[in-house]
Amino acid sequence: MGERTEVRFEVNGREVAVKTWPMGRLLDVLRTEVGLTGTKEGCGEGECGACSVLVDGVLVNACLVPVVQVAGCSVQTVEGLAEDAAVEPLRQAFVRANGAQCGICTPGMLMATVALLREEARPSDARIREALGGNLCRCTGYVRIVQAVREAAAEMAGARADAEVEG
Amino acid sequence: MAAGLEEAPVGRAERPPVGGPSIGANVPRKEGRGKVTGAARYVDDVVMDGMLYGATVRSPVARGRIVGVHYDPAFDWSEVVVVTAADVPARNLVTLILEDQPVLADGVVNHPEEAVVLLAHPDRWYVEEARRHVRLEIEPLPAVLDIDAALAAETVIWGDDNVLKRIDLAKGDVDAAFAAAAGRDDVVVVEGVYETGAQEQLYIEPQGMIAVATPGQGVTVWGSLQCPYYVHKALVPMFGLPEEQVRVVQMTTGGGFGGKEEYPSMIAGHAALLSWKAGGRPVKLIYDRAEDMVATTKRHPSRTRHRTLVTRDGELLAMDIDFVLDGGAYATLSAVVLSRGTIHAAGPYRVPHVRVTSRAVATNLPPHGAFRGFGAPQSIFAVERHLDKVAKALGMTPEALRRRNLLSEGDTTATGQTVTERIDLPRMMRMAMDEARWDERKRAYAEHNAVPGQTVLKGLGLATFFHGSGFTGSGESYLASVVHAEATAEGRVVVLAASTEIGQGTNTIFSQVASDALGLPYEWVDVAQPDTAAVPDSGPTVASRTTMVVGKLVERAALGLRDKLQAEGLLGREYTPEQFAEACAAWHASRGRLLAASEYKAPPGVVWDDATYRGSAYGSYGWACYVAAVAVDTVTWETRVEDFVAVQDIGTVIHPVLAAGQVEGGVAQGIGWALSEEVVWNDGRMANGRMTNYIMPTAMDLPDLRVFFQPVPYEHGPAGAKGVGELPMDGPAPAIVNAIEDALGVAVDAIPVTPERLMRAVKQAEAARG
Amino acid sequence: MRAHVPSYEVETPSGLADALTRLSEHGAALRPLAGGTDLMVLLEAGHLPPGRFLNIWGLRELRGVTVSDDAVTLGALTTYADVLAHPVLAAELPMLGLAARETGAAAIQNRGTVGGNIVNASPAADTPPALLAYGAEVELASVRGTRRVPYAAFHRGYKQMDRAPDELLTAVHLPRHAAPGWVHCYRKVGTRKAQSISKVCFAGAARLQGDLIAEVRIGLGSVAPVPLRCPATEAVLTGRRLSDATLAHAARAAILTEATPIDDIRSTREYRAEVTGNLLEQFLRVLAGGA
Repeated sequence: MGERTEVRFEVNGREVAVKTWPMGRLLDVLRTEVGLTGTKEGCGEGECGACSVLVDGVLVNACLVPVVQVAGCSVQTVEGLAEDAAVEPLRQAFVRANGAQCGICTPGMLMATVALLREEARPSDARIREALGGNLCRCTGYVRIVQAVREAAAEMAGARADAEVEG
Repeated sequence: MAAGLEEAPVGRAERPPVGGPSIGANVPRKEGRGKVTGAARYVDDVVMDGMLYGATVRSPVARGRIVGVHYDPAFDWSEVVVVTAADVPARNLVTLILEDQPVLADGVVNHPEEAVVLLAHPDRWYVEEARRHVRLEIEPLPAVLDIDAALAAETVIWGDDNVLKRIDLAKGDVDAAFAAAAGRDDVVVVEGVYETGAQEQLYIEPQGMIAVATPGQGVTVWGSLQCPYYVHKALVPMFGLPEEQVRVVQMTTGGGFGGKEEYPSMIAGHAALLSWKAGGRPVKLIYDRAEDMVATTKRHPSRTRHRTLVTRDGELLAMDIDFVLDGGAYATLSAVVLSRGTIHAAGPYRVPHVRVTSRAVATNLPPHGAFRGFGAPQSIFAVERHLDKVAKALGMTPEALRRRNLLSEGDTTATGQTVTERIDLPRMMRMAMDEARWDERKRAYAEHNAVPGQTVLKGLGLATFFHGSGFTGSGESYLASVVHAEATAEGRVVVLAASTEIGQGTNTIFSQVASDALGLPYEWVDVAQPDTAAVPDSGPTVASRTTMVVGKLVERAALGLRDKLQAEGLLGREYTPEQFAEACAAWHASRGRLLAASEYKAPPGVVWDDATYRGSAYGSYGWACYVAAVAVDTVTWETRVEDFVAVQDIGTVIHPVLAAGQVEGGVAQGIGWALSEEVVWNDGRMANGRMTNYIMPTAMDLPDLRVFFQPVPYEHGPAGAKGVGELPMDGPAPAIVNAIEDALGVAVDAIPVTPERLMRAVKQAEAARG
Repeated sequence: MRAHVPSYEVETPSGLADALTRLSEHGAALRPLAGGTDLMVLLEAGHLPPGRFLNIWGLRELRGVTVSDDAVTLGALTTYADVLAHPVLAAELPMLGLAARETGAAAIQNRGTVGGNIVNASPAADTPPALLAYGAEVELASVRGTRRVPYAAFHRGYKQMDRAPDELLTAVHLPRHAAPGWVHCYRKVGTRKAQSISKVCFAGAARLQGDLIAEVRIGLGSVAPVPLRCPATEAVLTGRRLSDATLAHAARAAILTEATPIDDIRSTREYRAEVTGNLLEQFLRVLAGGA
């Protein structure tokens, strides 16, 4: 038997300290100890991407990250995203285009999209499909998800360009 | 774009003008916001005080006698709740159609992963560990593991002959037709055998339930499910409680596709049994992915034999079809899956003589169950592959043979139902072909494939098909579904129905229908959370019935509110939303709640005889033609779908973007079923029960799916709508496999067409040619 | 069936020296844990034996790509994403990037490491065939010192490696392939286009002089108990001309003596053998300037 250990990190900009099993999955810690259930479990083996979160800005599967490995890190989840106004066009695009049907893959899709758009503001459809290749959706056939990302990217890039002009 | 086609719009949400129609507009999904912010509550997101975590101990073998259950004496069991068959308060049964499936195995196990022991503990990791310390001692019995063994009946595991259900459908006289044709040289007989494999629904949210159960308070379950009243019906006899003491609440559900139609009754039973034993403490029972994949239901594997009599110029004279489904160890829904498969087995063709001999057989596999399409994709795969085979035998093109024989208004289907819908299937086929640039591609592919040393071969295939909306035959009359509508004092309307939102858009469609019926803004309508304590039984969320059948009930219930207000003189014949709200306020002030109900009534002329399988099998059908363009890499035998066109008539399209979403999602599942989704069985156990090894398509595996509607309104659907959910599952597999044959010149008659299977088929064809 | 999470202990070293000291003290009882993309999958499935783990993910000194005049060194904790981002790798050792790009998907590529991919010792791993084709060496460190092993000799049998319990794989060294004439051909035949495990994986690198194959190395995945270098096939090809009509047949025969595929839940022996031969022939077509 191991011992519970204290791990401190930041979630959506707030400090958290949890006392938990060191090999415990970040996914479980977020959902139970931290109480943020927006991050979903679909497979537990890094295959479906429903548990995608950002750790220090990097997209990871929270089911494959032992919580000790995020000590001192900054974690962002879909709830944190929801506080980010700059991402609002993405959420609206997912609703508008029907990129979210049953919704269980949606938090992960949003996180993977944010990671993509931070790297590449106006990705091609092929690039979008590649970037979402680790996020499985059984409802949509991906058509409307790709559309939502494409539309949101255009809107967000436009908003940034406007801001630069004004600034 | 071909004339007359309505492409599913990819545009922005249109906000209907207040009081204006929302049907036909792409209004925002009702519960969309919660799903993009992480706020939507799924069952696993719920934590209750004092909650225990449940786990299930399952049979490792296909069939055997339970000799003993051994609990490791070195393990601390003091805080573990243990439930076996002996703990079931009333009947050890999952009530569905036939009463043959226990909620916990008692004495014998009939399939791998059958539940034998249930455990619960306050610590989720401890209960996992406890599961490893239970040893089932099972004396194996001979098992039946496939269709052939079941039919041979050397080992009988169910009834007298392993046959769960037999259906004989006859139109005309097939034997006489074949006899009359003997010796004629202007006719040809074409035979074929077609097989389809099991398919996992693979909703991304695994199954799960939370239960609170005590003898005094009764049973309440919250869960991921499609059919609240199915679960209710199963729990009542299991616990021997009055109906009002059982309550089933649907949480936000992360996909179903049929997989959460009947199996949730089992999990609800397990969670409730644990809570009952634990003195009413809440018990959460969530399957991990591997458990969900190996233990829950899948699409029935099938084998279909076709023998077809056709004139040399392409007129179908007779079809003799033998259709067999592997039902697994218990009857579950196999009888009705078989029924739908049987009715669709001859396809949308005008054939004077049809015989379909159908059987669902028992094997010692985990029971197969509901999955989008419900038997029709299996029999349609067979008939649509077979049509291409017939065309090849006649030297005709696949499209010419179909054009000659497609049903039109006034023709009769295999059940003798006269087609009354104003359909033009040859035109729909032409539209699909034009949209896919069929003729141009044909020429280009011929050139491409002829290049010496070409390693990537391309081909085109199509399928024409139909899918009945709603329950088969008299099913809707038996269900007698009910919907309530309630108006608040503020004039907001709440739809009360047991039909569930599982991603397909129930909440949105119901709101559109109700708001348009009453001339209210879409935003004024809410849909109640399905909870058997609060909503009437509007039937299960299955069979492409929610929009067409239940939607019509929503419309009528909503209109009932208006009628009540008008009857009391509170509302004029013409009114504004504001006047409606004032009338509601007046009603509430003097009369209390304002509720209206509607109950299903069969449309006139829908007559069905279950004994002879004759009559109107469905009130209406969706009709479609799908075209697939494929590229086969002969270095690796991988098939890629390069283009996919889906043209269909689903009646009036209530929400174009949601409807397209149904088609796109169904086509994606169809592509997976056709090419990659293979369940590997090892002595009756699923050997590849992980997302890593069961291969559903990723975003990189699919092309943009192109969806078009050619609406022919149906007078008995709300605003003319028909069903859409299942139709798109039927066409992709035959269209794709027909395209593969077009590319390679080699027939493949079993799916999935994995690279391994395709390579073997090509090698065999080469060997046969010498 | 999930693991019993409390049964796993994790210790985090302060640096490489501390990590090696801990390994020297505990040997096989302490298992290195890097990005977790393999071990955490085993944990979920209940297949990871409980015990103690050494969390090396934070050892910055083991992460990154360094380029010298004649070699490229990948720290063991270099992720697939790091590989994809590096210009010299893209220019001279492109098969590494192709392999990285086809490993899992973005989230896996951000956590999976080159070293982890090697010491997990899966015959189906995606980078090893490319490492074999590039003549890689691996570096192992312990308190006893460091040593280098040709990668082709590192895997000794299914999940058996030339690694002592107190050793940590710290780096991979690759000779640069800047000279003109190198042609690279990597193809992973997976179960799908993303999130896929290979059924056959082929990596071939050849240096051509006109149509003469001056030098060639071939690595295979998923067709043997270990990632497989193919010396017999290389011998058949070396010094031969691509215009030689008998070459493909001879090479195909040779590679089918080296590959020893099996049936499993992902594919069949028959398929793997056939496709191995087909990929080799495709490699020769690529060398000849076709597809």
